[in-house]
Amino acid sequence: MEILVCVKRVPDTAENEIGVNRDGTDIDRDDLVYSVNEWDNYAVEEAIQIRDKVGGNVTVVSIGEDDAEEVVRREMAMGADNGLLLSDGAFKGSDGRGLATILKAAVEKGKYDLILTGAQADDGAGQVGGMLAAMLDWPYASLVNLVEILDDKKIKVGREIAGGNQEMNEIDLPCVLSIQTGINEPRYVGIRGIRKVASVEIPVKGAADLGVAADAVGQGGAKVNRLDYFVPELGEGAEMLEGSTEEIIEKLVEILKAKGGIK
Amino acid sequence: MALQIFVYILHKGGVADDSAQELSIAARKLDPEATVTAVVGGAGEQLSKVCEQAAAIYPEVWKIDNEALGYINAEVIRPMLARIIPAGAVTLVPHEHFGMDLAPGLSIKLNAAYLPDVVGFEGVEGGKLNAVREEFSGQVSTHVSCDISAGAVITVRPGAFQPQEGQGAGGRVVDKSGEAGTATPRRRYLETVVAEVGDVDITKSEILVSVGRGIEDQDNLEIIQELAKAVGGDVSCSRPIVDAKWLEKARQVGTSGQTVKPKVYMALGISGSFQHLGGIKGAPFMVAVNKNPKAPIFQVADVGVVADILEFVPELTEKINESK
Ligand SMILES: Cc1cc2nc3c(=O)[nH]c(=O)nc-3n(C[C@H](O)[C@H](O)[C@H](O)COP(=O)(O)OP(=O)(O)OC[C@H]3O[C@@H](n4cnc5c(N)ncnc54)[C@H](O)[C@@H]3O)c2cc1C
Ligand SMILES: Nc1ncnc2c1ncn2[C@@H]1O[C@H](COP(=O)(O)O)[C@@H](O)[C@H]1O
Repeated sequence: MEILVCVKRVPDTAENEIGVNRDGTDIDRDDLVYSVNEWDNYAVEEAIQIRDKVGGNVTVVSIGEDDAEEVVRREMAMGADNGLLLSDGAFKGSDGRGLATILKAAVEKGKYDLILTGAQADDGAGQVGGMLAAMLDWPYASLVNLVEILDDKKIKVGREIAGGNQEMNEIDLPCVLSIQTGINEPRYVGIRGIRKVASVEIPVKGAADLGVAADAVGQGGAKVNRLDYFVPELGEGAEMLEGSTEEIIEKLVEILKAKGGIK
Repeated sequence: MALQIFVYILHKGGVADDSAQELSIAARKLDPEATVTAVVGGAGEQLSKVCEQAAAIYPEVWKIDNEALGYINAEVIRPMLARIIPAGAVTLVPHEHFGMDLAPGLSIKLNAAYLPDVVGFEGVEGGKLNAVREEFSGQVSTHVSCDISAGAVITVRPGAFQPQEGQGAGGRVVDKSGEAGTATPRRRYLETVVAEVGDVDITKSEILVSVGRGIEDQDNLEIIQELAKAVGGDVSCSRPIVDAKWLEKARQVGTSGQTVKPKVYMALGISGSFQHLGGIKGAPFMVAVNKNPKAPIFQVADVGVVADILEFVPELTEKINESK
């Protein structure tokens, strides 16, 4: 099975508090630590497990600037066979449709049976996988938390729905799946793993290589554009307890008792 | 020119979802002048019931009656919607597991813009819609401009638009099943596997001591269990704790976990994503402890403490035990 996994480099929210820069044009990017989008790690792990079961290759692809290479390399250290970086000045400012357009062009340059994306990334959109599937006219399943390969024509997938229930589906290949966290336990990548792929050449492709019309992507092709970033008004936010830890705890115990929070 | 807006109605067991009301408010907020039409897909008697409910909210309801929609499958209904929704229209869909499945691809098939997970609308001007979204699980917000001149598909965050009482549209139901046609699905629904029941039913708990990724390590869970014991409550958690297999799925609060309605909810090291908050009903008294003073959870909690839970929680437990 030839599997393509789409991965995005994002600010790591476990390592950073995200704020807005001074003029509200962007998040504050000073001292940010970046990593692979949480969901994409699960997607790569799933792809590796499928390959190990039924054979084939896993290719990891990312659209981004030069520094996106580091996340592709990291996922190769996890065990992906090939990496691919899609990078071009013309890609900058792409909206979801633009990203899906670029990925579609890359997909058509290869021969894939299965494409995995994360369920969502840092801006909570959850859009690229579904758009890519529709552009390719391949079937799609979102929020997948179980994959079982039936044969080379179809697979079984579980979709996470409300209340922790799971919707089982049979889906024809080739198809696109968006992967939900918790589907597996992504393997740990140690220094040794990183070292092994440190010198692997990762091909970089731009708009011309892919045959993507530059005006279909990037800021110019985008139907959705961010105007600003802001921190929402606190409104009726919480009453913040202040003082020494001892004072805070004393107040909190009192409040909890009054509200029935201590039996 | 007034917009043409279509809203997609979710339903279950013959009852329209809360979002049916919310989307009506959202549509009016998007464009007060718009003509708004509800679209309902399904099969048989249940569908008719839902259409009646939708007609009480919307002046016109388009019904797609097809046996293949007996269990709703985005892959089946997407091509049907693409056939009947006119070019240039705006379609609103709830941002939950079905909407996320349906909507991105629908925007491509309609050749329309896609705008996901909107929490606010701020007007249309010259073919551009201004809307509010959140990023980084609500840590920052953005205004976005969306070119809707060729139509748009928009998913709307559940709960972001509060429904109002006292509507009565007396709408008419139009059967669009013929126009919608059929589809040979390349994804076929098999069955629903119901979530396993855990050893504690947190949906019945009065006091929940809920822990999130801020706990950092499985071994640290002990301090949460001890606090729960001290207050006489049960331990629940956010999703990453279950993903890491540190607690069982039945303890997860949220849209893809349990819906809880305790009297008191303590959110410890939980950021306050909408999927987590979506599982907390009945407006419990909420205490949040988080080391980030800007964590979104402080916007919804009643009482907040900025602290490291690894230090704060054991001290709190000790004090509670002393005071008994
Ligand atoms: C379709 C879908 C369904 C989902 N369903 C659910 C669901 O049902 N339930 C759910 O919970 N999530 C759900 N999620 C995931 C959700 O989007 C968030 O990723 C998740 O809720 C985040 O959990 P968290 O707050 O524990 O972690 P984070 O967002 O990582 O927050 C951790 C918080 O802990 C704080 N912190 C860190 N260390 C400390 C410390 N030592 N002391 C104090 N504070 C500390 C940080 O400041 C941060 O605010 C769903 C997502 C999707 C896409
Ligand atoms: N720049 C990118 N490069 C590669 N894949 C991406 C990129 N942006 C988004 N994706 C994929 O699309 C998924 C969903 O992201 P989004 O639609 O942005 O929420 C991610 O988990 C990735 O798999």
